[in-house]
Amino acid sequence: MLSSGTTGPGAQARKSPLAVNRRVIGALFLREMLTRYGRNNIGFLWLFMEPLLFTVVVISVKAARIGVYGSAISSVAFAVTGWPALMLWRNMPNRCSGAVKSNRSLLHHQQVTIPDLFIARIVVEFMAASTSFVFLTAGFCAVGKLQPPEDILKVVIAWILLAWFGAGLALTVAALTDRFVIVGNLWRPMSYVLMPVSGIAFLVENLPPAYQKIILWVPMLNCVELLRDGWFGSLFHAYYDIGYVVVFNLCLSFVGLSLLRQIGLTPSDE
Amino acid sequence: MIRLTNVSKDYLTRAGPRRVIHNVNLTIEPGERVGILGRNGAGKSTLIRLISGAELPTTGKIVRNMSVSWPLAFGGAFHSSLTGADNVRFICRIYGVDFRPRFEFVRDFSELGLYLNEPVGTYSSGMKARLAFAISMTIDFDCYLIDEVMAVGDARFRERCKVELFEKRRDKAKLIVSHSHQSLKGNCDRFLLIEDGRVEEHDDFNEVYFRYKQLIGEGFDTVQQMAAVIENAPVAALREEQKRLKRLLKAAEEAKKESQQEAIRGAD
Repeated sequence: MLSSGTTGPGAQARKSPLAVNRRVIGALFLREMLTRYGRNNIGFLWLFMEPLLFTVVVISVKAARIGVYGSAISSVAFAVTGWPALMLWRNMPNRCSGAVKSNRSLLHHQQVTIPDLFIARIVVEFMAASTSFVFLTAGFCAVGKLQPPEDILKVVIAWILLAWFGAGLALTVAALTDRFVIVGNLWRPMSYVLMPVSGIAFLVENLPPAYQKIILWVPMLNCVELLRDGWFGSLFHAYYDIGYVVVFNLCLSFVGLSLLRQIGLTPSDE
Repeated sequence: MIRLTNVSKDYLTRAGPRRVIHNVNLTIEPGERVGILGRNGAGKSTLIRLISGAELPTTGKIVRNMSVSWPLAFGGAFHSSLTGADNVRFICRIYGVDFRPRFEFVRDFSELGLYLNEPVGTYSSGMKARLAFAISMTIDFDCYLIDEVMAVGDARFRERCKVELFEKRRDKAKLIVSHSHQSLKGNCDRFLLIEDGRVEEHDDFNEVYFRYKQLIGEGFDTVQQMAAVIENAPVAALREEQKRLKRLLKAAEEAKKESQQEAIRGAD
């Protein structure tokens, strides 16, 4: 009854590789969501509850130290543009590091390729961080703790650049981890080192000029500055270089994708 | 058609790269049934993985003009925290096919009933095997990779697998990895004997099985002798059993005699 299907899946695969890619990534995305957030409890709500709770805790800690950033910038506006941004680029590498190992057996399906496994996880992470960012800011705006962004375009561009950076970093870290386990072990402490310099807790404007030049080599910081420029740019002077971030992201993506090609060539442990 | 041209595969080990597949040239035509034999570690599964596309060759080229299944009854792709139904859904999504009719098939074939809504992690290995095989049968392929599938499940399940694979899908190409002559003989058009990553092609079953038995150190003196043993294997087993029963009977009779004599002596 079933064996009398008219077109085999192979036929479809030959028809349009892009459509197959989309379908596979969609399936992996749903599988990822189901395994991570499950069907029980509040299920998919965890997608934004988890980062949201985290941000609320941070904001309340910061609220105890009102005025540290001086001027008219509220601590809510400051925190809400800092922490979700951090989560956006930091969680992608964490999530991708185990992607091949735990999903290697899926590669027996001809449609599933190694990049699909990564893309699905990156998409999940991007959606999680974006959803939490949108809900968080909308929530604070609704209760009057936060002004809407002054230039939403800058906010979107900053968010996308940051996600791109996160994706490139995720591919690089994950591919290196697959080859050298030590990279995975080093990545966690590395991410804690990068955390303070990525601009969650300061504005470039408040640093001595000598340090400003150096610290702006950090691509995430440029994005966060752009994000804040879009949100409350009239209240401070933002420092960033979009061109630099784009070039950095291009190089990082190139490195990540080249490393990715090597993964399929190592012995399978399945 | 599947064509392997000068395919080699290296694995990195501590002692440097080790070649596990040596320069294999192979063509599988639509509808062909190919049996694969070889010792443990000879490279059978690696070859299957290369053909399924789970791994890329180090050198050489693999062209697939047929759709190729994943290795059958292969449960590794299950996610243990997903339910059986979720796993079916996932496969249907990947292959872009309708879920409903396939799910009904899986439910009927696997006979898992309500367990389909429980996480696969709670299944027994037999239940996993039934689910895996049922899912494998929901997608139509031109070529099926069968890696020791008949080793799992009870006799009834094996029988039903046989019907699905060798009767309903008679016209599909098949690559069958097995150590048992029962599942290879008569089911294959030709054979590949793999030894240390090199592939030898054979057309005759007796010939390839003779070589295989030699390789695993259970060699026969001649092909004819081996063929006779295989053919007569069930008969020989019956004879052995008969002998054993006769011995038992004899022993029992002697014991009886002895106890009777004891009784007589006691009466005296």
